[in-house]
Amino acid sequence: MAKMTMVQAINLALRQEMEKDDRVIVLGEDVGRDGGVFRVTDGLIDKFGENRSVDTPLAESAIVGMSIGMAVYGLRPVCEIQFSGFSYLAFHQIECHAARLRMRSQGVCEVPMVVRAPCGGGVRALEHHSESRETYYAHTPGLKMVIPSGPRNARALLVSAIRDPDPVIFFEPKATYRAFREEVPEEEETLPLGKSVKVQEGKDLTIISYGAMMRPTLEAVEALKEDDGVEAEVIDLLTLSPLDHDLFSESVKKTGRAVIVHEAPRSFGPGAEIISRIMEKAFFYLEAPIARVTGFDVHIPLFSREMAYLPGKNRIVRAAREILNA
Amino acid sequence: MPRKKIELPCAVDYLSILNEKGELDKELEPDISEEVLLKLHRFMVLGRKFDDQLLNLQRQGRMGTFAPISGQEAAQLGAVSLLRPTDWFVPSFRETGAELWRGRSLESVILVFAGYAEGALVGKANGEEQEPMNNMPVSIPVGSQIPHAVGIGWGIKYREKDDVVMAFFGDGATSEGDFHEGLNFAGVYQCPVVFVCQNNHWAISVPREKQTRSKTLAQKALAYDVPGIQVDGNDVLAVYAAAQEAVERARSGDGPSMIECVTYRMKMHTTADDPKRYRKEEEVEKWKKHDPISRFQKYLVNKDLLSDKKIGDLENEIQEEIRSAVKRAEETMKDFTDPLQMFDHIYRERPPYLEEQRKALAEETEMTKDEEKGE
Repeated sequence: MAKMTMVQAINLALRQEMEKDDRVIVLGEDVGRDGGVFRVTDGLIDKFGENRSVDTPLAESAIVGMSIGMAVYGLRPVCEIQFSGFSYLAFHQIECHAARLRMRSQGVCEVPMVVRAPCGGGVRALEHHSESRETYYAHTPGLKMVIPSGPRNARALLVSAIRDPDPVIFFEPKATYRAFREEVPEEEETLPLGKSVKVQEGKDLTIISYGAMMRPTLEAVEALKEDDGVEAEVIDLLTLSPLDHDLFSESVKKTGRAVIVHEAPRSFGPGAEIISRIMEKAFFYLEAPIARVTGFDVHIPLFSREMAYLPGKNRIVRAAREILNA
Repeated sequence: MPRKKIELPCAVDYLSILNEKGELDKELEPDISEEVLLKLHRFMVLGRKFDDQLLNLQRQGRMGTFAPISGQEAAQLGAVSLLRPTDWFVPSFRETGAELWRGRSLESVILVFAGYAEGALVGKANGEEQEPMNNMPVSIPVGSQIPHAVGIGWGIKYREKDDVVMAFFGDGATSEGDFHEGLNFAGVYQCPVVFVCQNNHWAISVPREKQTRSKTLAQKALAYDVPGIQVDGNDVLAVYAAAQEAVERARSGDGPSMIECVTYRMKMHTTADDPKRYRKEEEVEKWKKHDPISRFQKYLVNKDLLSDKKIGDLENEIQEEIRSAVKRAEETMKDFTDPLQMFDHIYRERPPYLEEQRKALAEETEMTKDEEKGE
């Protein structure tokens, strides 16, 4: 096993899938010679040539639209949108076609494609480069919406996404790209889409999060343990849609308390849906109101203020204490 | 450091072979077999008659909104007739004639316009066993199917096949970003795609001259170094000749082309639209003189392939074919009562929460039935 960053782990997933399957084509702006602006596709063009690692003109709608055509033709395109904040230019291709062609053709056309896009804040970027609008995609029937939280699960989830028969929107938290390393096995490893994981056992409350917010969540859990002697159970969603409500509902039945952490804006955000599912599945087990620690309902501010916007350890700890004392 | 002209290849040919009087430019006449000529004629008549019948059904409330093709039969059939079954057909929403040519059944068209998604797969064209063809379903958001055609073309090139893709769209689509992005990508990757623009002069209520100030739509392709030609879109021979050239270019690896078929939308945009609000009846009357079917019939009569009697017999045969398709479709519809069908084909495998919702609707439906029985 080698210690890898998330960038290296995603690169490994792409490289191995491209080796195994000549239907897998990587395409997007700057993904070829430049290896992607975050170097996620670094070296693929040297190994596989410009027909497998394809530099495209600068047009998000056609990148996704062309990928749809490639997928219907029988290829497995993995297209990159350079930042998720530019994915809106391709939104209609994703919503009107990638998500719907299976239904429209009654199963004749499948669209097995992956749209990769770096998401989230925390890297002192320009406007449009720090967005967390996963709800747009999680809200769209026919799509799968996946957000890994670390190198190892990013690699395993991307392999599953590439092999999945349905279109997958794969958001990569860019704050996590190089933040830490994990052991990533060379041999094949996959994680099922639509399944969450329990990262830590606990009995006092359940914290549900995903993506880049898993790090402040785990820091908060550590602080709660040391300072308050509280044992929190932690769920990493990994897939937002289809949402795995069984794992967190069972956990809440055990702990009776829940905090949800995401950097996406609060209103109509993932937390709203998660709370609804808890109300449907575990309402009578609740000991306290459910808390949300989220981004605010503003555009993520320019970077001088972005840390005030992003949920951090202290906000999560305070929210947990509030419901523990309720 | 002079200021000088950059020479650009920017001529757009205009092609017309058979005029409205049935007069022919012998030099330009394409070599089409008798069998294909008669098949073209048959499908043009079928497209027109089917339009009339669909309009009747819609007006009687037996079917929902649809987009008529009348006037555009030559533009779509002249082009699509060049495709082999393994080639790819990428329609927008006003290509019913071309869809029928590509093997879609009349019942399927009726069922989908009547609101049944599962109608997409019902029936076979003319009840015949046919080779399966590579057809994309109808695409309603204007111009959005164009990049799909490019992706399919990219795949064909990647797999080193000699198939081609033919994508259809209208004059309005040439204002959409996807048109420009798609043509640009096709030019960059030299994809084997034939872009067929049916310039029918109207994008709902916006006339061609307000859609763009460009003199032709074909010239827009030139910006992407894609050859563009404008043809008389009501002249099936001209459309065929231009499509033949473009398909050969694509098949031999020489990249994409665009054909602008100048035609006219004789009816409404869709049945939900009233063209009297924005266009003059005189304009429609003027275009009746350019009708694509009557001029093709003159040509075929002159060639001794058709006679008035043969045309009459064919029309009767087609009417009967449509009548029986309507009957079959309305019978089939009776089996399409299960509301749970909406949960099919969202994902290949239904996720648990969707299974739950499906079950809930099933229970609701049962309860409603029981309540109705109780009353």
